[in-house]
Amino acid sequence: MKKTGADIFVEALRHEGIKTVFGLPGGVVLKIFDVLCQQKDIELVLTRHEQGAAHMAEGYAKATGKPGVVLVTSGPGMTNIVTGLADAYMDSVPLVAFTGQVSTNLIGNDAFQEADNVGISRPCTKHNVLVKDVNDLAQTIKEAFYIAMSGRPGPVLVDIPKDVSTEKAEFKYPDKVSLRGYNPTISGNKHQIKQAAEEIVKAKKPMIYVGGGAIFSDAADEIRELAEITQIPVTMTLMGLGSFPGTHPLALGMLGMHGGYWTNMAMHYSDLLIAVGARFDDRVTGKLSEFCPEARVVHIDIDPTSIKKTFHAHIPIVGDVKAVLRQMNVILRSMDGNAAEVKALRAPWLKQIDEWKRAHPLKYKQDSKIAKPQFVIERLFELTKHDAIVATDVGQHQMFAAQYFKGTKPRTWLTSGGLGTMGFGFPAALGAQKAFPEKLVLCITSEGSFQMNLQEMATAVEHKLPVKIVLLNNGFHGMVRQWQDLFYEGRYSASYLGKLPDFVKLAEAYNVLGLRAEKPREVESVLKEGLKHKGPVLMDIHIDPFENCYPMIPAGGAHHEMMLEDPPELTQAKKGGAQKRKVEEGEGVLPA
Amino acid sequence: MEHIISVLVENKFGVLARVAGLFSARGYNIESLSVAPTLDPTTSMITIVTAGDDPIIEQIMKQLNKVVEVLKVVDLTETDFLDRETALIKVHTKPEHRDEAIRIADIFRAKIVDSSPTTYTIEITGDVDKVEALINLLRPLGIRELIRTGRIAIARETTRTISPRREPALLKS
Repeated sequence: MKKTGADIFVEALRHEGIKTVFGLPGGVVLKIFDVLCQQKDIELVLTRHEQGAAHMAEGYAKATGKPGVVLVTSGPGMTNIVTGLADAYMDSVPLVAFTGQVSTNLIGNDAFQEADNVGISRPCTKHNVLVKDVNDLAQTIKEAFYIAMSGRPGPVLVDIPKDVSTEKAEFKYPDKVSLRGYNPTISGNKHQIKQAAEEIVKAKKPMIYVGGGAIFSDAADEIRELAEITQIPVTMTLMGLGSFPGTHPLALGMLGMHGGYWTNMAMHYSDLLIAVGARFDDRVTGKLSEFCPEARVVHIDIDPTSIKKTFHAHIPIVGDVKAVLRQMNVILRSMDGNAAEVKALRAPWLKQIDEWKRAHPLKYKQDSKIAKPQFVIERLFELTKHDAIVATDVGQHQMFAAQYFKGTKPRTWLTSGGLGTMGFGFPAALGAQKAFPEKLVLCITSEGSFQMNLQEMATAVEHKLPVKIVLLNNGFHGMVRQWQDLFYEGRYSASYLGKLPDFVKLAEAYNVLGLRAEKPREVESVLKEGLKHKGPVLMDIHIDPFENCYPMIPAGGAHHEMMLEDPPELTQAKKGGAQKRKVEEGEGVLPA
Repeated sequence: MEHIISVLVENKFGVLARVAGLFSARGYNIESLSVAPTLDPTTSMITIVTAGDDPIIEQIMKQLNKVVEVLKVVDLTETDFLDRETALIKVHTKPEHRDEAIRIADIFRAKIVDSSPTTYTIEITGDVDKVEALINLLRPLGIRELIRTGRIAIARETTRTISPRREPALLKS
């Protein structure tokens, strides 16, 4: 029997096991939405802005490992998801975005709500296709999901013209996909793996450096095994957090620009770097010419372009992280040397790292006047008993969360790493909550980031998504203000957000519970009350506007050149209240 | 260093944009580009002349391989290959220059494919040196218009292998 394109679309999603679609309707996708509302297998989450839909799908995909699905209309519907696509592309999130397109006979005519969806999304998708014939629709959808989920995952866009959704074709969903030009390498080269194992056994000061690839490859167990049998410490990138328990004795936390002192020092002095699904991003490496100057480098990645892109690799291994580590662990276990010997070999190195850690641990001073962001996140970490899915936005609060919320499980840390998208956190939390209605889902955000997608509070209420929003309110684009204080002589150009809404009233307007903590002593009770509440909550927590995030490798600096605290002149200014006066008097503050 | 890269792609719309976009997005240069279907009408061959040091060329090769519709990528510069380019050159020919133009064309075994009272259009096919030498000799006569196809290249049969320098895992068969 022949089916319309819209029916084929829904049927194809059913075959892919899709339960949730995030989207917003419009003219050219009405037929598809019409079919969606007449069935029960696939639920539509109606967002208030298409960008929200894209980030929700990302949150859903990151939390579940399954593809996130977006459905939006042509023109502005599509252009509004571009940020989400670019974000997913940078962080390798499997999304399949379906966009409506004007009818095939109108394409290119500057029709109403027409945009070159395929052209616009080309540089920020793994693959994209305009479906010109309804007979190709099923095959194209099958391929889209396959490409999004296999190899290095990423977003795929399928552009469906209006007439393709209304015309009919015989429906047959293909069982498998065969693409001539696409065949990701899964298992690694045996010779290379063996060579890597030999170097690992010999190394005196090795480090395991884990990126987001380990999460999507489900390699947490393999990483733990590798670390434990070889007694090698593990550091994680912002994207890799959760792939190794942050509370494990061998865990060194995050590295890079705001990584721990001990972590970055260990990187700098290591003699062997085992990079696992990481891509040597500039926020991780700092000054490339002085990055890990003494280390031999083993680089495992499923994407050949990640290897030797920015940094050399002595032993490149192209393959799926989980598969390669399995192979490697088998070899390592069969090699000579018992556990006691391995421990003895690594002991001096672990001791050295521990000394670094004791010399300069993460630190902050909490007084009774105003809460420090670190304090809030530490309390949150304790109160949630380490068991929550955490989505963050971008900026200082994100770095504090990465430092102090030591996630223990993969897929519980949802953040925008590569693109650094403010406005990502809240919708991503909603997407994760949709996938796991029973779990505690937190959104750690700030007043700057939250205002970029706050409209999704309506979605949270409508779909009963009880996300707990912890809004660290410092009245500034905090990271921008930090850089201005450090590198731009304290001129607060466009970083001060003086005219803020009343977030409690704002929450109430959306029928979300609003709570506020203005003093440090109120923090604990607000967090407790918020976490206990059954529905969505917005906790507006006032924090020190001038707290800076340390350690910090200034842009272009090397790992051993960290700033550990405010420079003396800034401490002076802080003490004398110069920053506060500047804001009050509007001196050097834009807009004044 | 200059490299000639052959990219076998699926003959679908948007593929050329994807390949070209990859170069522009990452700041790689395209010196010349030619595209046409191969014997198999479902595929096309894109020949790209580009320049860069070894790491850049390696990235270009890998990035090209990553494109879903790209079937095969070969850096011909690493093999023994032949390359050719065709140019159409329209030269001003004042009466006193017409013989000279014919003589120069003859020396290069180029053909005069069109003539008007004031111009000759000369067609030349050859390697880049030959084409450029001809252009340089014709320049004093006054070149009104010059069109070049960009280079195409093919590996010589005896050495038609993929460079051993690259890891096999990085290449698609």
